[in-house]
Amino acid sequence: MAELTYLQAISDGLREEMRADERVFLMGEDIGTFGGAFKVTDGFIDEFGATRVMDTPLAESGIVGTAVGAAVVGMRPVCEMQFSDFVACGFDQLVNVAGKMHYRQGLAVPITVRLPSGGGFSGGPFHSQNPEAWFMHAPGLKVVAPSTPEDAKGLLIKGIRDPNPVIYLEHKNLYRRIRGEVPEGVYETDFSARVARAGDELVVIAYGAMVHTALAATTPEQLDGASVEVLDLRSLVPLDEEAILASVRKCSKVVVLDEANATCAAGAQVAALIAEKGFEDLDGPVVRVATPDVPIPFSPPLEQAVLPGVDRVKEACRDLLAY
Amino acid sequence: MLLMRGIEQRAMNLYRQGRVPGSFYDGYGQEAVSTGATFAMAAEDRICALHRDLAAHVVRGTEPERILAQYMGRATGITRGRDGNVHFGDKERGLVGMVSMLPDMMLVATGMAMAFKLRGEARAALTFFGDGSTSRGDFHEALNWAAVQRLPVIFVLENNQYAYSTPTALQFAVDPVERARAYGMAGETVDGNDPEAMFEATRAARERAVAGGGPTLIEAVTMRMHGHAAHDDMRYVPPEQLAAWRERDPIDLQERRLSALTEPFDAAALRAEVQAEIDAATERALAAPMPSPETALEGIFADEAVPLGDGRAPWSGFAAADATALAQEA
Repeated sequence: MAELTYLQAISDGLREEMRADERVFLMGEDIGTFGGAFKVTDGFIDEFGATRVMDTPLAESGIVGTAVGAAVVGMRPVCEMQFSDFVACGFDQLVNVAGKMHYRQGLAVPITVRLPSGGGFSGGPFHSQNPEAWFMHAPGLKVVAPSTPEDAKGLLIKGIRDPNPVIYLEHKNLYRRIRGEVPEGVYETDFSARVARAGDELVVIAYGAMVHTALAATTPEQLDGASVEVLDLRSLVPLDEEAILASVRKCSKVVVLDEANATCAAGAQVAALIAEKGFEDLDGPVVRVATPDVPIPFSPPLEQAVLPGVDRVKEACRDLLAY
Repeated sequence: MLLMRGIEQRAMNLYRQGRVPGSFYDGYGQEAVSTGATFAMAAEDRICALHRDLAAHVVRGTEPERILAQYMGRATGITRGRDGNVHFGDKERGLVGMVSMLPDMMLVATGMAMAFKLRGEARAALTFFGDGSTSRGDFHEALNWAAVQRLPVIFVLENNQYAYSTPTALQFAVDPVERARAYGMAGETVDGNDPEAMFEATRAARERAVAGGGPTLIEAVTMRMHGHAAHDDMRYVPPEQLAAWRERDPIDLQERRLSALTEPFDAAALRAEVQAEIDAATERALAAPMPSPETALEGIFADEAVPLGDGRAPWSGFAAADATALAQEA
């Protein structure tokens, strides 16, 4: 075990899997000599060469589309979108080509698309988005979002080995802020939820950076000793229904927390699931905390006004506990 | 070419009888493009075929029975009823089926070629696309990418004069083959109604590709002799344009060419043989079951990844050429 940052754990996962499987190669903008906008692939070109750490033309549809082509002839491409926002330019290739290929033709598309996502540092409307729900809505794509260094590595390796297109959301605000013990070597983390902190009076269901916001907002000291569970979804497709419903049964009160815009977000799906299958276990309304349906603004006071923060989550929990 | 035309004519009849759901799209008059080009590809090459390119499937060995079953949404069709029309590709034969966003497949073919180059394999990928596709961004991204990386990919622009009802004059302001030079690749305009010209151009492009000479843009000039789909009466096409192209029917041209050879060529016997094959395939396809509704949710995700297989390559002239190319690379 070594203590790594979230970003180092992603690099570690990529490096280990490239060493383990020569079919794995990386594609992206400025990932080679420069090492990537966030330095996830820093130094990779020296170990693996420019063909396996490929600086591509500035063309997101091209990155995804050519990855699909390489995958169907036996490669395991890992694509980096420089920022998750730019995946909008590769949307058609993901949704119409990659996602539907196996259903239509029985042809697997083992690609992984890394999306540095999320806000919190004045990235503005085009460098702060959380686009996971776009892809949850498209059949045939898996969507995962780690919150810890250990899961960042394990989910990435699992995603690269998965025979399906996997959208891997890595939260930029966790890159250097979050550190943790990470096992050495290659290992896979299942596409399932995990209990980040056990509790029995209320559960906050979150993923990605919001897991840390939830943990920070719900310590017993802040909520009059209340026992609050935090469920880290880790995977949005497949969604771990069993783990969600188990937490609902145990806690009976639920806050669903998204950093994404509220409408049709991952949390909306979780809330719908609980309404359908967990209604009898509830002792109060399902409460949602999310970013309002607004582009992520640039100026710090505006950005902080829309992104869910510790205070908003705490307040939502306090109100629901009192219900 | 006869099989493609015969299968599509049969399918159009089945459509009018209500046996083909949805709509029906054919490549009447364009048979020479996919026939000639596909004959010039090796078994281990990979192809993205579009909706006017049925011959690509036939040449690679996809059975007429499965094609007709596909059109009729049967369980034995290539997509087992998951997709319709010519939206299919037999993965066992190295074909990736199209999506309706047509130039998307140009990037998929480019990516296959990229993998071949990464692995140092003497193989090529080929994709068809139409005049309308040249207006989409993926056309640009694919041509640029392939040229920058000098990839072994062949882009066959099937210029059939109309994208649905939109004539080429509203699609581009340059001779489209000029774009090859602008992107930095070889380009050639070919008579798309001449299968032998298509074969020669594709063969040369493939040889260049596997020798490391990069991509080629082939503009196949042809004419869509039917509407965009079965419902389309083509009122936007001047009758004299159709009449002129009717004189240049690719099957008639090839029949005249073969009849002029000194070896005896019995066109009637060949037509009868093809028709008998299509009749038998139709019977079997009509007898095939519809898919069971319980299977509608199956196969959204894959349990394992099996790459594309090799197709049939009736012309086997590549063994020597490939060995030379590999020797040169080494």
